[in-house]
Amino acid sequence: MIRDITIGQYYPANSVIHRLDPRLKLVGTFLFIISLFTFNTFYGYIAVTLFLVSVIKVSKVPFRFIARGLKAVVVILLFTVTFNLFLTPGDPIFKLGFLKITREGLRFAAFMGIRLMFLILGSSLMTFTTTPNQLTDGLEKLLWPLRHIKVPVHEIAMMMSIALRFIPILLEETDKIMKAQMARGADFESGGILKRAKSLIPLLVPLFVSAFRRANDLAMAMEARCYRGGEGRTKMKPLRYHGRDYVAYLILLLYIAILITVRILEGLL
Amino acid sequence: MQIIFDKINYVYSSGTAFERHAIKDINLTIHKGEFVGLIGHTGSGKSTLIQHMNGLIKATSGHIYFNGLDIYDQDYKLRELRSKVGLVFQYPEHQLFETSVFKDVNYGPKNLGLDKLEAEVRTYEALKMVGIGEELWDASPFELSGGQKRRVAIAGILAMKPEVLILDEPTAGLDPRGRDDILEQISVLHKESGMTIILVTHSMEDVANYVDRILVMNQGSLVMDEPTKTVFSRYKELEQMHLAAPQVTYIMNALKQEGFHVATDITTVNEAKLEILKELKK
Amino acid sequence: MEMIKVEDLAFEYIRRDEDGNVESINRAIDGVTIDVKKGDFVAILGANGSGKSTLAKHINAILYPTEGIVWVNGMDTKDDKNLWDIRQTAGMVFQNPDNQIIATVVEEDVGFGPENLGIPSKEIWERVEKSLEAVGMLEYRTHSPNKLSGGQKQRVAIAGIMAMKPACIVLDEPTAMLDPDGRKEVISTVRTLNKKEKVTVLLITHHMDEVIYADRVIVMNEGHVVMQGTPKEIFSRVDEVKSYRLDVPQVTELAYELTKAGLNLPEGILSVEEFVTALNQLSR
Repeated sequence: MIRDITIGQYYPANSVIHRLDPRLKLVGTFLFIISLFTFNTFYGYIAVTLFLVSVIKVSKVPFRFIARGLKAVVVILLFTVTFNLFLTPGDPIFKLGFLKITREGLRFAAFMGIRLMFLILGSSLMTFTTTPNQLTDGLEKLLWPLRHIKVPVHEIAMMMSIALRFIPILLEETDKIMKAQMARGADFESGGILKRAKSLIPLLVPLFVSAFRRANDLAMAMEARCYRGGEGRTKMKPLRYHGRDYVAYLILLLYIAILITVRILEGLL
Repeated sequence: MQIIFDKINYVYSSGTAFERHAIKDINLTIHKGEFVGLIGHTGSGKSTLIQHMNGLIKATSGHIYFNGLDIYDQDYKLRELRSKVGLVFQYPEHQLFETSVFKDVNYGPKNLGLDKLEAEVRTYEALKMVGIGEELWDASPFELSGGQKRRVAIAGILAMKPEVLILDEPTAGLDPRGRDDILEQISVLHKESGMTIILVTHSMEDVANYVDRILVMNQGSLVMDEPTKTVFSRYKELEQMHLAAPQVTYIMNALKQEGFHVATDITTVNEAKLEILKELKK
Repeated sequence: MEMIKVEDLAFEYIRRDEDGNVESINRAIDGVTIDVKKGDFVAILGANGSGKSTLAKHINAILYPTEGIVWVNGMDTKDDKNLWDIRQTAGMVFQNPDNQIIATVVEEDVGFGPENLGIPSKEIWERVEKSLEAVGMLEYRTHSPNKLSGGQKQRVAIAGIMAMKPACIVLDEPTAMLDPDGRKEVISTVRTLNKKEKVTVLLITHHMDEVIYADRVIVMNEGHVVMQGTPKEIFSRVDEVKSYRLDVPQVTELAYELTKAGLNLPEGILSVEEFVTALNQLSR
């Protein structure tokens, strides 16, 4: 199950999408998601699909890799589609007992399904083409103005990057402690909810103790390397826009413009 | 014959890009009451191998027999196996979780479903065996020193009264005296209770001082399975696997090259001393 | 000229109960005086709980003396305004390789220190490259630290300190969690830095075979300095070393045992070659 979650993984490849500035990719993903919810007409979705497919093509990430991300949400996807399919009131086109499918339901379910799929595909494409570090850097830089209203932007970004570094370590550690307790006869699988919850104590206590020890060690190591918050810090890899980023921004604008045009044309027809 | 490995293979993440053959075609017999050393470079498959012995990892192919029974049989109780084959992981003190030393050691026997009294008797005995005095039984395990924590963790396994005790680098991170104390206690345990012991270690000096037989793992294969002296006499091969013989073995070989008539299959300081004295008195 | 000067240092860990009353006082270091000269390689030996790590943390101004003074390159560690200069001058490498690597890419981790110092990007890149090269990890610059061996991780940690251009490195049991290969890697890296880059090294350890290359060895026991001298001087006193819960290399122990049995061998033999030569002379 955990292995199916591909969101957040990086797929190394040499493509222009990989090289784009993370800020642009964040903004782009954001605009793309908004477009999914605002231009939900037939022609609108043709434009959206064309856009998504061409970006995936350019990114050189194999489609099956991105599609794997869908596996994790397949249950939610089916649920939403079924829900909308059967429970939308309107003009019935199919009836079996108390189940009925309406024309509106069909339309709604289709849009809902596609919208969710595109949402997952679009956002996992971003994480596939951007390293976690670039992502946090991009986020830090984008949110930087918020520090004027006392949002600790640097600290949030630092926390995110430390979390990214330690999540795999803690996962491995969980596995190790679990095995060690199983060697002492622990049973994590049988019994009712209460018993199972109780059986987790021998796993959670050592995990917390270890996490705190690591946090303590890490804080000391950071201070020993002169870390004193974001003030006066420079960057080894400062974010800088290149020509390709401006072009990409232009394409994004064009994309939105096309969608708006399609919408207006549809309104006229 | 207590543990038999019959053509054991284990493949990680089979069928994906991360596929890795962790151990290959392992055939192995451990006899009752043996004290065996298991050595190998980091990543050679030692940890994977020992986790097969108590069923924490299930082999991709092959059979394992414990006391004559196939542990992969449908009705074989793996939890029972885990109490009979006690596995002490590396840095075992990291699994301590209870509010007192006594309760923590009692966790294993309690899991076996023993009655309260029997479980407590075993806890009591295990703590005595590792030399943790009664004054510490009510203390929080987190307040003990590093060496004490490690001993409490080992007691946690001993309290299940295993027939086989596997220790994965029990001396890692301890200072020399702490290391000697633990090894000495394990050796006493072996002698007094006849427990079968498998010691995984990076320290050639440690294995040389205690074990009768050494298993050498390299890149997932069991490449040597011989008496201690024989294994260390093949030190040139060991070096190619990023291993070595104890320093005294090198001394004896160097002396021999210089024309001294000394035996070279020597693995402890005491043996070396006697051998050199014998040679010089001639 | 002294790089590190510790004068009558004492440090107490004070434990308080929930109301803030003192529950117990543990005097981890008591009356310690040591000097480390510029360019020296000094090893501090001691069993667990001997106070050696507590001493190390004073040199990086992570801990402050309860009594006495610690000078790093002439700066008093108790003086707040020296804090960042001291940490830049005396870099510190810790025991657990995982818990001191901050970034998810090797080169970015090495750049962390210089970033904190406010060094311009271009110079950070130069320093990162130079430091990774000095520890022999340049080819791993774009790797994830999670995929490295313990010894490699420690070398990255050392590079991270080197990138801050320290005059001195304090290594607090850098090999305690490593396998023999990893230990060799780290020790030979440290020796190279000491010889080639002229960095003062203070190595804290309980592995005897790691200190035989040091210019000077300091042995600590229960918060005190109990022995000081060259490795040869220290290891010629086998019984005393052992009484501090420590050990000597096998060759030293063998020579010592033979001396006790009546052979006339020189004191403090540290290597197999020395031993063979000595025995040759004896039998001739």
